[in-house]
Amino acid sequence: MSNAQAIVMPRWMDLVLLPLWNLLVALLVAGGVVLLIGESPLQALSILLNGALGNARGLGYTLYYATTFIFTGLAVAVAFHGGLFNIGGEGQATFGGLGVALLALWLGNSLPAWLVLPLVVLAAALFGMLWAAVPAYLQAWRGSHIVITTIMFNFLAASLNVYLLVNWLRPAGSMSVESSNFADSARMPALHQLAEKLGLELPSSPLNLSLLLALLACCFVSWFMWKSRAGYALRAVGSAPQAAHYAGMNPRLQVLIAMGISGALAGLVGVNEISGVQGKLTLDFVAGAGFTGIAVSLMGRNHPLGIILASLLFGVLYQGGVEVSFELPRFSREMVVTVQGLIVLFAGAMAMVSAPMFARLYAKSHAAFKRKEAARG
Amino acid sequence: MDEVLIGSVLASTLRVTTPLLLCALAGLISERSGVIDIGLEGKMLFAAFAAAAAASVGQSTALGLGAAMLVACVLSLLHGFACVTHRGDQVVSGVAINMVAAGLTVVLGIAWFAQGGQTPPIDAVVRLTGLSTAFAEPVEGQWWASVIGHGLLSHNILVYLAFALVGGVWFFLERTKPGLRLRAVGENPAMVDAAGVSVPRLRYAALLLNGLLCGLAGSYLTLAQNASFSPNMTAGRGFIALAAMIFGKWKPLPTMAACLLFGFLDAAAIRLQGVALPAALGGGEVPVQAIQALPYLLTVVLLAGFIGQALAPKALGRPYIKER
Repeated sequence: MSNAQAIVMPRWMDLVLLPLWNLLVALLVAGGVVLLIGESPLQALSILLNGALGNARGLGYTLYYATTFIFTGLAVAVAFHGGLFNIGGEGQATFGGLGVALLALWLGNSLPAWLVLPLVVLAAALFGMLWAAVPAYLQAWRGSHIVITTIMFNFLAASLNVYLLVNWLRPAGSMSVESSNFADSARMPALHQLAEKLGLELPSSPLNLSLLLALLACCFVSWFMWKSRAGYALRAVGSAPQAAHYAGMNPRLQVLIAMGISGALAGLVGVNEISGVQGKLTLDFVAGAGFTGIAVSLMGRNHPLGIILASLLFGVLYQGGVEVSFELPRFSREMVVTVQGLIVLFAGAMAMVSAPMFARLYAKSHAAFKRKEAARG
Repeated sequence: MDEVLIGSVLASTLRVTTPLLLCALAGLISERSGVIDIGLEGKMLFAAFAAAAAASVGQSTALGLGAAMLVACVLSLLHGFACVTHRGDQVVSGVAINMVAAGLTVVLGIAWFAQGGQTPPIDAVVRLTGLSTAFAEPVEGQWWASVIGHGLLSHNILVYLAFALVGGVWFFLERTKPGLRLRAVGENPAMVDAAGVSVPRLRYAALLLNGLLCGLAGSYLTLAQNASFSPNMTAGRGFIALAAMIFGKWKPLPTMAACLLFGFLDAAAIRLQGVALPAALGGGEVPVQAIQALPYLLTVVLLAGFIGQALAPKALGRPYIKER
């Protein structure tokens, strides 16, 4: 094989064609699996799209899933720009939810909503940040590998969550492993409730104001990454740590900053899931969203705009997947996890397979075009 | 009373340790050749599913074992294709394998067996049972029968195979020529290449061995420890195995010690559920979650350099680019 060859292609190819191609390959393989289990891929696709986008209720669920994925996708992307692979979104989101619950149970009954809700958001971000800062410190100052530590921290966060729920947060005498319900002032208002106040009728769905928070987070990340001095330092350290060090930046500090922001973003999942939907702390509420963030970030090319689009895609897949599993008896919603894995495989691990192929195709067509130009004179 | 307790804790420690050990050895071989393997969990899960599905449909132990090893090897080769041949990111590829395995096992399980993702129970004849049935339960008052008999001699063949393989892997890595080359390719691939040995071929060979061992680990879960497959039944064991391998500093014997420690913690956690703490420690129940979280915590502490230094193979995670 040709090696170390520079991959040259126009931006539209890199940013639009390549992600779409990776998606197509992943969907084709998934279609093969659907055929294998004896269902029709086209029928599954049409139920999926209809269930996710065909009515207001489905759309609400799609956007609710997308909200969570925007948070975890941004978390992976920010760490990635700092040259780090944050695989610990799952644990950071769990910790964010814990922060939400502790604050809501503590202050929810005594303070009004306009005061509690910003504090809830702050608590989620701070707890997520804290849980990411420890592996970051260990990576930067003690030299332990961040991938391994964040994996371990996922399990530690899950164990801590179980311990706190079983031993401390569960109301006395309750059998289910959940905290008591939050006061209304600590609940992120659902969109259909807000619409009701304005006299509009929307079907009930878990979609809540966290979506707005997610979009604000996107704006913040794009400002921070490409417009602020701190973001520039972070990207510089991420792409060339040695050079950045010579230029006077402190790589260790940048690791801490990148992971801190990344963890805070992942922690905000707690606002959507715990304050917005559950209204109480539950077990395993992140449900793999931290890992979905990896797929989202890879599909979205680590850019906020791409991440919004990729989150919508995964929102459609998750919501539509549930609908398909109701309609087709042999189809199960875990198909979505499979598709997610395939996307990570083709857009991430095998990016080196498809990108050079497109670069060669482009070079060939470009050369042919040049020759034609020359022949025409 | 003591002999019953010691015997049964010993027996359950060995039973829980076996899949960890097989999986950790698999990871060790791959990582010593320079290829990070985050996908242990997924490979073990898919192998467990393949073993259960093949053994219950085909009514054969050998078929189950074969299917498990085949599936795990295919996943290993996929990892190799992405990371060795095309120099993709090894961590990302492992994450992908874990996701695909977690999803696809349930999808296929529901479609084929329609039992909510479980496989049908495997016949007792097909399952791997203890080699001797004489010591199936510890006996009160008989130290020998309880501790040696039940504790050490009541297990199935995979348990003994796993521990024998520790010696096997050690001998292979430290005393044979291919083993030396495999270690060298994880430390300094350019040197191996200069000696005229193919780096990709060695790494693929390591990944195949890794697949075989992951297959054994997975089939232990469904053919010996449980009687059927249930969704996500590995429940993080692949990551505990990864932690044990790091804790064992990428060496077979220390890795075995780490697996035994983590296995003992697991066995103890099950036994201590609901047991009261001694009054000196403030009474209350033993926090089982704390014991279960201990392997992860210990690994973090070790990696941070607070207990000795964990030195990974030098070329770990770095794709090899041949210079011309």
